Amino acid sequence: MVSLLAISVPLPAHHGAAGYDMEKQLVMKATVTDWLWANPHCFLKYDSTNEKGEVEHWAVEVSNPVDMTRRGWTKHSITVGDQVTVTVRPARNGAPVGQLLKVVLPNGQTLIGWNPTVR
Amino acid sequence: MLKQFVKPVMGFFALLALCSGVRAQTASPQQPEATKTHTATPAPRRDLSGIWGPEDTMDGISPRGVKSHAPFTAFGENIANNLYKPGDGPRRVPIGLANDPLDGCDPAGFPRDLLFELRPFQVVQTANKVLMVYQYQQVWRAIWTDGRELPKDPDPRWYGYSVGKWADDYTFVVETVATDERTWLDNAGDPHSGEMRVEERYHRVDRDTVELTVKIDDPKIYTEPWLARDKLRLKLMPANTEIMEMICAPSEAEEYKKSMANPLSK
Repeated sequence: MVSLLAISVPLPAHHGAAGYDMEKQLVMKATVTDWLWANPHCFLKYDSTNEKGEVEHWAVEVSNPVDMTRRGWTKHSITVGDQVTVTVRPARNGAPVGQLLKVVLPNGQTLIGWNPTVR
Repeated sequence: MLKQFVKPVMGFFALLALCSGVRAQTASPQQPEATKTHTATPAPRRDLSGIWGPEDTMDGISPRGVKSHAPFTAFGENIANNLYKPGDGPRRVPIGLANDPLDGCDPAGFPRDLLFELRPFQVVQTANKVLMVYQYQQVWRAIWTDGRELPKDPDPRWYGYSVGKWADDYTFVVETVATDERTWLDNAGDPHSGEMRVEERYHRVDRDTVELTVKIDDPKIYTEPWLARDKLRLKLMPANTEIMEMICAPSEAEEYKKSMANPLSK
């Protein structure tokens, strides 16, 4: 049996969170358009319709595959076409990018991304 | 038949007794402190073999750089404040504006591999060198233990040139020179020069614990030597621990820059 230590720590990053609005969280219904399981960070691309009925194309990141594996994520956790609900810490400059705090999958499972209380 | 069997067996037990006597005669008077407790298993002598990981995972990763460092020289200050643009630490910039060489998948180099993203690593001891195999960027270092001196005018290497020896039965000391000045010291953009000399001390406290101390001596950048790691506790991990793949691929880095970093920096 291979030992993969389970850890419960904040997600580290090569870069800090200077570009993100730490006081704001957005919850969006989304259709997954891409899920990249890659270094330096895994990131999710999705389409979400805003209040004006416009489709916005978003990209949100979590940590690297090693860290995400220890949090129970896999390359197959999310599939293109999935209808998900995401909670995101958005960029300060209004660009459709952010940190993925959590995602609710089609089967109801919740995966935690970034720890929203850690800056 | 029985006589033929008895002789080798007696020889074996004689050898065993001799070895025990030799061990007793050479027992180090300086047993590590932890072996005096009833809970810690004594450290083996002159042995760092195994898979080690920081006791505190985030301490090993150190995303914000070293906790403190000696004052910069004027030369070092210019590099730190004007040339290097890190993604974290006190001088951080938005990720799209950072010029960290790691962003383009340059090697982290030495000693940044000890001061940032220090994750599980395996130590393998051979007759004339110690190999350290690191999870981050899946690289290895060779530390020569055959008594050679450090080279006088070496070519720079991403991971330096290292020699090591045992200061006592439980402390392995490594000296490194010839580091490539293109690498950063840590994730906060603290610089180093090609003249830097690094000393690592791996003190095996008990079977399951090593304390790592890293001293930086770089008079071109810092006004005095200082400790970048001070008794960082490393724990022995199970032998079947997988040192997971953690490789920076330029294609993935480029996709991340295009999709995440650049929009964040507008």
